[in-house]
Amino acid sequence: MSHLIIAPILLPAVLAGVMVLLRGSLAVQRALSLLGTLALCAIAVRIAQEAGTPQAYFLGNWPAPFGIALLADRLSALMLMLTSGLALVVLIHVLSTDWDRRGKHFHTLFLFQLMGLNGAFLTADAFNLFVFFEVLLIASYGLMVHGGGRERLRAGVQYVAFNLLGSSLFLIALATIYSTTGTLNMADLAAKLPDLPADNTALVRVAAVLLMVVFAVKAAMVPLQFWLPATYANAPAPVAALFAVMTKVGAYALIRFGTLVFPTDLPATGTLIQSLMQPAALATMAVGAIGVLGSRDLPRLVAFSALGSMGTLLLAIAAFTPAATAAGLYYLVHSTLAMAALFLISDITPHRRDGLIAALYMAAAVAMAGMPPLSGFVGKLLVMDALRDNAPVAWSFILLSSLLTILGLARLGSGLFWKAEEPERALSRTAPFAPLASALCIAALGALTLGAGPVMAWATQTAAGLYAPTAYIEAIQLQGVNQ
Amino acid sequence: MELLVAIAIGALTASGVYLMLRQRSFPVILGLSLLSYAVNLFIFAAGRLAPELPPIITKTAAGYTDPLPQALVLTAIVISFGMTAVLVIMAIGAFLTSGDDRVSTGDAEEEA
Repeated sequence: MSHLIIAPILLPAVLAGVMVLLRGSLAVQRALSLLGTLALCAIAVRIAQEAGTPQAYFLGNWPAPFGIALLADRLSALMLMLTSGLALVVLIHVLSTDWDRRGKHFHTLFLFQLMGLNGAFLTADAFNLFVFFEVLLIASYGLMVHGGGRERLRAGVQYVAFNLLGSSLFLIALATIYSTTGTLNMADLAAKLPDLPADNTALVRVAAVLLMVVFAVKAAMVPLQFWLPATYANAPAPVAALFAVMTKVGAYALIRFGTLVFPTDLPATGTLIQSLMQPAALATMAVGAIGVLGSRDLPRLVAFSALGSMGTLLLAIAAFTPAATAAGLYYLVHSTLAMAALFLISDITPHRRDGLIAALYMAAAVAMAGMPPLSGFVGKLLVMDALRDNAPVAWSFILLSSLLTILGLARLGSGLFWKAEEPERALSRTAPFAPLASALCIAALGALTLGAGPVMAWATQTAAGLYAPTAYIEAIQLQGVNQ
Repeated sequence: MELLVAIAIGALTASGVYLMLRQRSFPVILGLSLLSYAVNLFIFAAGRLAPELPPIITKTAAGYTDPLPQALVLTAIVISFGMTAVLVIMAIGAFLTSGDDRVSTGDAEEEA
């Protein structure tokens, strides 16, 4: 049992505590934050190297299902790498544009957010997942209103209220599951649910749908997407870029529960979740595309294009086949990076609109819309290829929403960069490295395109592991009544 | 007793949801609190209602009640308390910066 698995949770938690003590000196905070994020990247890569067979970690060495277990498999490792990589880029942007000077405790909240995200990706216990959701949410509330301002605070209140409601539903679902199965360990649930007495199936179906509703709130699936545009458009741009991975937490939980706990061959739930998710994903795509076309400023447009790309991702997940999930995972990495790049650029455009920024915007827009040569094209192609069974509906929605996104991005971009108006104030003198982080995002997208083969091979192996969860369940080493 | 607890949870949820749908942040916060009380009761009841039975091992006990939901409820209470505190602070901030405590953002006002 390697102690490395708990490091992505412990390291940011300890550092965040240290940050509170160091609140007097921003330079030390910055250095520690950067070092910590770099260390998280290294740890994530190290965990990924060993994640071929799922690695379990038992907190306090209590055997599962009595204690809390963490588990790192390929999916967790992929999400860890994505989170820490994105965090690094966001941190570079924050440092180069002085966002952390505009309010207190930015680095503390940032690290707590990373702790919550990493914990949510690693935990193998459904109640623990709830706890980490709350950790990442409470940090995100602080980050969301970082810098203050009237609209931002109001959007923040809506965001918190919406998520509190989601948390209540989460708890109701967990209590229902516990009352029918007597466990909340995910592997234990996967082992027990197939043998459930017939008179409990109705309760489990209710709990399954409630859980999916909660994850759909996080993933901003229509009709539960109302919090997303206002939150993302009003949040500080680097925070919005970090939030790009927050919707992916919902997607991750949907994949995890949809393959491990409620697989489509489970008699109690069957294809119930699938049949609810598919139309909702299509609607998400449509709402995102129409929203992109109707947006008048860049942050709002990026928020809606985020919604549209979540629609594509959710459609790939909703198929619940190994090929579609693998394609979805590739698209998940791509859409997180593309979204982050656009949000970071939207932070620079009010101050600086020279050729470099325009070129970065163009590259990010090409990636987001899914045009060749960047990874959006590869991702959408893979998703479409995996959804051949449902081609008439899925393909037309994906292609039409891509067209609308291209139109929206092109219209807003030409208005933004070809207007004769001068930007409000020159940022280039005070922040010469402001475009660095978004350029890094674009470079990562380029690498994702060139390395599509190896990444896709990894994603295919991940998906194969998800649909044969025996290794996952065995790694947890269930004790007691299960033997 | 089951019926009473069920009615209590139902009444709390109904009032919570009704208050959540108000347009000002104070009733919304009250509604969320009521809803979290309902959820806490619900989790507590998930371990089945067993009166006068201990949750920990004793020599004289006739039987036991499930201790895990009680632990879960404790966690849930702490988290919902913290979350409500954050929401109150943010609502006060929004009220002080904008002068009223409506929940809607700018675009909704433009449309209205």
